[in-house]
Amino acid sequence: MNLDFSQIVPSIPFILEGIGATLKFVSVSILFGLLLGTILALCKIGNKKWLKWPADIYTSIFRGTPLILQLMIIHYAVPQLFLYDIPVFLSAVLAFGLNSAAYVSEIIRAGIMAVDKGQVEAAEALGIPYRPMMANIILPQALKNILPAMMNEFITLTKESALVSTIGYMDLMRRAEIVGAQLYRNFEPLLFAGVIYWVMIFILTNIGSWVERRLRQSD
Amino acid sequence: MIKTMELTKNFGESIVLKNITTTINKGEVVAVIGPSGSGKSTFLRCLNLLEDPSSGHIWLKDEEITSLKVNKLQVRKNIGMVFQHFHLFPHMTVLENVMYAPVKVKHMKKELAEKNAKELLARVGLIEKVEAYPNRLSGGQKQRVAIARALGMDPEIMLFDEPTSALDPEMVKEVLDVMKDLAQTGMTMIVVTHEMNFAKEVADKIIFMDEGKLMEEAEPQSFFKSPKTKRAKDFLAKVL
Repeated sequence: MNLDFSQIVPSIPFILEGIGATLKFVSVSILFGLLLGTILALCKIGNKKWLKWPADIYTSIFRGTPLILQLMIIHYAVPQLFLYDIPVFLSAVLAFGLNSAAYVSEIIRAGIMAVDKGQVEAAEALGIPYRPMMANIILPQALKNILPAMMNEFITLTKESALVSTIGYMDLMRRAEIVGAQLYRNFEPLLFAGVIYWVMIFILTNIGSWVERRLRQSD
Repeated sequence: MIKTMELTKNFGESIVLKNITTTINKGEVVAVIGPSGSGKSTFLRCLNLLEDPSSGHIWLKDEEITSLKVNKLQVRKNIGMVFQHFHLFPHMTVLENVMYAPVKVKHMKKELAEKNAKELLARVGLIEKVEAYPNRLSGGQKQRVAIARALGMDPEIMLFDEPTSALDPEMVKEVLDVMKDLAQTGMTMIVVTHEMNFAKEVADKIIFMDEGKLMEEAEPQSFFKSPKTKRAKDFLAKVL
């Protein structure tokens, strides 16, 4: 079998640098998605139609088209309109953040809707205003429904982040590809990158279960 | 204390309440009875504006609370409500459940709110449960906490929406006892109930509803002895 891991040893630091690049844009995208997703979710659960509609349309578009298409449009098509040479990092964060926001908003919305309607009525009957009701009564209960799904979303986003290699962002995936092209050996660098992705997801999953366990303690 | 005039509620095509006109005086205990689907709960929920009446008027003391200018949250501060399924806040302890609204809504000092809450919990016989979470309580205990929580806002009227219907039979009495005590303190109470004995013994007035209409309004003795409408006679024949 033609397999020789010693050949990629000199390139290992080069590939490892990709971890930082991947984590940097993944974490910024998650934060961006979380922020925008929360705002969208609040628009969806409110009773104002003019807020709900745009949020629903937004979600439909970003969930209804391929992520790679959104990435390509942001990186290659939008500059054509505005003659602005968009940096790869910005394109990556925009595409993943905007896309994730759509999913996050649905997760939060569903989590809030799953809270017993009686809780809202009990709060209303006590004269508790909307904001404290949301912050102190509904959201703490919704969090238990939201968290597992949210961890899933973060895991998916971390894995899918490899897509940014297609626009030339020097992430883990892209670096593995470059090493493969230089050595004319693809199996070793790709397998190496695969192991790193798996370790990252493994750590993320464990953080997720730890948080879930903590939440369940209050039951 | 509370007065309704031509109070009507419809959900789309179906009319749930038809022209309810009645007056409930301060200190009165009113039992609202009638078959399922007669609009009893909807009537109760209109009184604290959990449901928006489709037409008609409600006055609380001298204020018309069905007027558009009215702040619902302000109105509800004066009206306590107890639900069939308790609706305690599951992530808060018993004490926190009772303290939360006075602190958040009335901006009461925490120490004072805690003192009040403990007094109320002692009154409903649950002082030893202050630190417990609701899922550690029996149904009857939950409902007593819910009563204490509603009383925490120091309301002038208490609404009870079938407070014992979701309870195991052996727990009904402990809740009714708390309600009887409350009635004796002069609290104005409107109770939607299937407990005919409670209605007989404790209520000052019976409101009998059927198909969204107020069919009969009378003192318990005369209502249970000689109901005027055929509907009420049929109903009593079934439940007594």
